[in-house]
Amino acid sequence: MIYLDNAASTPPAPEVLARMTHAAATFFANPSSAHRLGAAAARALDEARAQVAGLLRAEPSEIIFTSGGTEADALGLLGAAGLARGHHAVVTAIEHPAVLRSAERLIQHGWQVTFVVPQPSGAVSAEDVVAALRPETSVVAVMLVNNELGTIQPVAPIAKALRLTARPPHLHVDAVQAAGFVPLAVKTLGADSVAISGHKMAGPKGVGALWLRPGARLAPLWDGGRQERGLRSGTENVPGCVGLGCAAELCRTWWKDAPRVAGLRDRLQQQIFAALPSARPTVTGAPQAPHIASIQVPDLPAEPILHALEARDVFASAGSACASRTRGPSHVLKAVGIDDEAAILRFSLSRHTTEADVDHAAVALVQAVAEIERMARSS
Amino acid sequence: MNAVLCRYGELFLKAGNRPRFERRLVDNVRLALTGLSGFRIETPHGRILVRLSEGDVEEACARLERVFGLVSISPVAVVDSEITAIRQAAVACADAAVERDPAFRRSFRIEARRSEKRFPLTSYEISCDVGAAIEGALKIPVNLTDPALVVGIEVGATGSYVYADRREAPGGLPVESSGRALLLLSGGIDSPVAAWLSAKRGLALDALYFHSPPFVGEKSRDKVVTLARTLARWQALRTLTVVSFTDTQKRLREAGPAPLAVVLYRRMMMRVADLIADGTRAEALVTGENLGQVASQTIGNLATIEAAARRLVLRPLVTYDKRETIDLAKRIGTFDTSILPYEDCCSLFVPPHPSTAARLDDVERAEASLDMAAEAAAVAATAETLTL
Repeated sequence: MIYLDNAASTPPAPEVLARMTHAAATFFANPSSAHRLGAAAARALDEARAQVAGLLRAEPSEIIFTSGGTEADALGLLGAAGLARGHHAVVTAIEHPAVLRSAERLIQHGWQVTFVVPQPSGAVSAEDVVAALRPETSVVAVMLVNNELGTIQPVAPIAKALRLTARPPHLHVDAVQAAGFVPLAVKTLGADSVAISGHKMAGPKGVGALWLRPGARLAPLWDGGRQERGLRSGTENVPGCVGLGCAAELCRTWWKDAPRVAGLRDRLQQQIFAALPSARPTVTGAPQAPHIASIQVPDLPAEPILHALEARDVFASAGSACASRTRGPSHVLKAVGIDDEAAILRFSLSRHTTEADVDHAAVALVQAVAEIERMARSS
Repeated sequence: MNAVLCRYGELFLKAGNRPRFERRLVDNVRLALTGLSGFRIETPHGRILVRLSEGDVEEACARLERVFGLVSISPVAVVDSEITAIRQAAVACADAAVERDPAFRRSFRIEARRSEKRFPLTSYEISCDVGAAIEGALKIPVNLTDPALVVGIEVGATGSYVYADRREAPGGLPVESSGRALLLLSGGIDSPVAAWLSAKRGLALDALYFHSPPFVGEKSRDKVVTLARTLARWQALRTLTVVSFTDTQKRLREAGPAPLAVVLYRRMMMRVADLIADGTRAEALVTGENLGQVASQTIGNLATIEAAARRLVLRPLVTYDKRETIDLAKRIGTFDTSILPYEDCCSLFVPPHPSTAARLDDVERAEASLDMAAEAAAVAATAETLTL
């Protein structure tokens, strides 16, 4: 099996599974309970929080556990909006639906939202984001790595520009695709909140985290038992958090693999482009995360190609796994002006990917495309 | 409420065959209730009565609302055919109804019916007696023309039934009373509706799905299984057979000019379906085909396709507008599954401009390059059958 769909979900690391199994059996008590079983669960949670903070080079007290990347994004964006005075937000047009739909919800509540269209390179320009600011802008959202294209967005320059404004808006950063491969020192990033997700970094599904800059404030999305500093009520998912903590610990050193993974990605692309003259990168010109290659093959449907790849034991996605459930090009592809007659294929690597894997995948793609072309050909 | 009363209508018209239809309907009622513990079915005159424990009544009703042949059902209290008991049950029944929905307080009337003619009171006298009791006990006014609540009473020889809730059942004929057929099921909106309509007229169906791996993914196949299971809840399907169509489809694509491809595929599907139908003892094939819904669905093409089938081909949707089909699909419960966006076999293999008038001799010339019987047998040999 050659799994090149890590941007959709990563296989959990064996250590993660072992720690989670142990935690689920051992730390079953409610971390809020007064007895020593509750204390043990609370300690497990604290340890996990420290591990996540370690990955982000932050303090444990700044980490809020959530049910995943989507909730972390919603809490960062809508939570900041809940306390905002000005009712204008700026988000990039290529955000994950978790951010875009939250922004649309703000519109329903009477907000104005500016969607910043990216350059054809697949990255927004910091100048365009700054130009969209208004005096009443109170929330800005810019993702770090785009999930469909792998392009890195200029978060740090944007953060720097925001700090120079009279009343700096809250900057939320969706870093779900960045964890592990792009340095995530949140303080040098200059964001106010940063979202990550367990299952994109060899951790479990159903758990994520939001880092919140000390001094930044959020309104909780709902009320209840006031867990997570009152910002995220609900009994903590102890095994999930333990799994996320373990994954965070593991991927602290993954950046060392980034050049190697980027080399494999380049090798994959070179082989594909050499064998398939019609194929080309979906976008060029922006810095790329090491693990995502987005490739377009003109005049063919994506889904049959994916299944033909699957028949050769290669697993990838069309555009993004989320967008492939709806017909037509995704909002991201539209935003960068991609022709809707092309198959957009996303290969997302992991640090376990080998040269043999990408070589096999390239050959498989060439065969798959030939097969589909033969079927789709009209005589 | 410790029983469900099931009413059926059309079967009365089947004079000579009526006992056979009734037996089939009772069998289907029993089948629908499989898994509920300790129910008992009785067949008092012109009715089916299911006695079961009170906790199972709602679940039983939900299932019986999907049994073809039944016209309506009611959760009922079964009491002795004796006016005091009937009166008491009716007051309790009305009380429970207004407790459930206060809007019933607006007005009520009694609908009494007597199959036991030796009962001392006439239907009218029963209505007066029980009506007065409810009016007195619950202080609800009577309104004979536009009541909010109707309390029903059926007096029979062995017992009487009292109810305040009458629910529509789908009508039609008991499944299998009209014989067996094989459905060509796809992942689309139409073929599940065609199945439902056929089952409503008493056909027992098995389904056949043409899968095209690897070009079509497992999710498309899973979607068809979900559709089949939804139809099985209506007793509209018993089994699903999946065959792999890819290799034959490739050869058919190469065999003739591209515009003929759709007709060539469909004719092959008919041949394969006939082979599968031999095994299921089906007397007819059922498809979701429609007239003019897509470019290739012309009367000429349908005739050319049908010419490849040995059996009668039924197309219950042939005259339906898409809107009508969609409305039915929503009622059946297949619509939300049908619109899931996984590709089925059509999209990749369908040429950009399919022929709207495939002539039989052109089609047969294209088919001459292949051994059609052998191709059909090869596809049928890949069959895997799932009991639903």
